[in-house]
Amino acid sequence: MEERIYLDHAAAMPVHPGVLRFGRQFPGEFAGNPSTLYQEGLAAQEAVSRAREQVASLVGASDTASIVFCSGATEANNIAVRGTALRNAKRGKNVVASAIEHISVLNPAKDLQKSGFSLTLAPVDHYGTIDLDALRKAVTPETVVASVHYANNEIGTVEPVREVAEIVHDRGGILHVDATDAAGRIPIDVERDGIDLLTLSGNQLGGPQGVGALYIRPGVRVQPVLVGGGQERGLRPGTENVFSIACMGEAARLAGEEMPGESRRLRAIRDRLISGITEMEEAYLTGHPTERLPHHASFRFSRIEGESIQLAMDMLGIAVATGSACTSRTLEASHVLLAIGLAHDEAHGSMVATLGRTNSPDEVPRIVRAVEETVKRLRAITPL
Amino acid sequence: MADQIGYSQKVMEHFMNPHNVGVIENPDGYGKVGNPVCGDLMEIFIRVKDDVIEDIRFRTFGCGSAIATSSMVTDLAKGKTLDEAMKITRDDVATELEGLPPRKMHCSNLAADALHAAIQDYREKQKKE
Ligand code: FES
Repeated sequence: MEERIYLDHAAAMPVHPGVLRFGRQFPGEFAGNPSTLYQEGLAAQEAVSRAREQVASLVGASDTASIVFCSGATEANNIAVRGTALRNAKRGKNVVASAIEHISVLNPAKDLQKSGFSLTLAPVDHYGTIDLDALRKAVTPETVVASVHYANNEIGTVEPVREVAEIVHDRGGILHVDATDAAGRIPIDVERDGIDLLTLSGNQLGGPQGVGALYIRPGVRVQPVLVGGGQERGLRPGTENVFSIACMGEAARLAGEEMPGESRRLRAIRDRLISGITEMEEAYLTGHPTERLPHHASFRFSRIEGESIQLAMDMLGIAVATGSACTSRTLEASHVLLAIGLAHDEAHGSMVATLGRTNSPDEVPRIVRAVEETVKRLRAITPL
Repeated sequence: MADQIGYSQKVMEHFMNPHNVGVIENPDGYGKVGNPVCGDLMEIFIRVKDDVIEDIRFRTFGCGSAIATSSMVTDLAKGKTLDEAMKITRDDVATELEGLPPRKMHCSNLAADALHAAIQDYREKQKKE
């Protein structure tokens, strides 16, 4: 039996072995409640503040109090979009988001329409790069918050965040950036990039699932989405998930340390995958050819469908993702693939490979062969 | 299982090694249906002799379940009389495949519809002759 090859790190990452080692070291320490004053509580508090420093330092935040821990990227995106819009509604009643944001940004943004906000979706070009001219028109003095992600999880394109920040700030708006897929893979600096709110996922840094963080620039006002005991500056009430937070901190530290070497290593594998696969007939790269995440390779194949690609690859021992309508809960085509201008049937044949620490260059030939075999097999069945 | 999103062994068998794939040149009946839900496509060719489906082929652009259901429906229809084949339902297809995730039941509709469309096509041609 050949070993499995895991190529869906954007969906879930195996926990970094260093984080596992770290987690095992702390037997009783995380048992305390950080809101208490006895030793156990103080130890827990200490663990949380260490994690806060580690996460802050990964993204260049000088004030550690600017980091709020929560349950993951979906929650961080909700607090950022909903909480910021509602708290600053006096300023205006418009929200802007790029058309290819994650659903956990788009859905709270759409939901705000019920509270009297308008939503403007800013278009992207066929690479998925935000159209800055269109953004200039989309963001008005009425815009409270604009949400543009650092990089897209389906097509890997990295956005020109600094230019986006300038446009949004010029009009007095607040910029939220979902960095779920970018953090730990490319250098992020909230100061240099001009980011007001930044979403981070613990798992995408190599930490456990079910933990995340939101950076909030000091001075930016955000209203709680959940209300309760006032933990995390009242923005994420409820007893802290101390163990996971501590592990996320360690993951952030390791990610920062390993980023330069690891992204160089993954970029080389990625590029070999891209050239091997796009050599095939009617196989195309989706997303930007150069401005893309180092671990991210995404494709589309004409005349076949993505779920069957995923199943067939799985049978060959390889886990890949797809944006096909047939795999989505709603059976709708991916909004990302449609927004970059693909027709419905083109969006159907998508395959996404996201690399991680367990992948090695030796796997490339086997992956390329499996894709070749799969595409050939499925094309033999297609009526198109 | 409410949480089931994965496929049965049987579905995977048909997906990996579908039966009756291909085309029949100058078929006696031809049915082509599209899936309005997710935008897939399925076509079925039949050869009829003495009111019996003697040969049947399909081609499908769609998900794993669409491929497995088309394979299964051709198996079920082969050797049947047209009247019997008209009675094959999506539930028959799903049952023979040892179940489909609820989200995927519409794919078995597609397979049954394509078969029925091919039979219809054959009958209409007969009328004209
Ligand atoms: S053909 Fe699209 S879900 Fe089955």
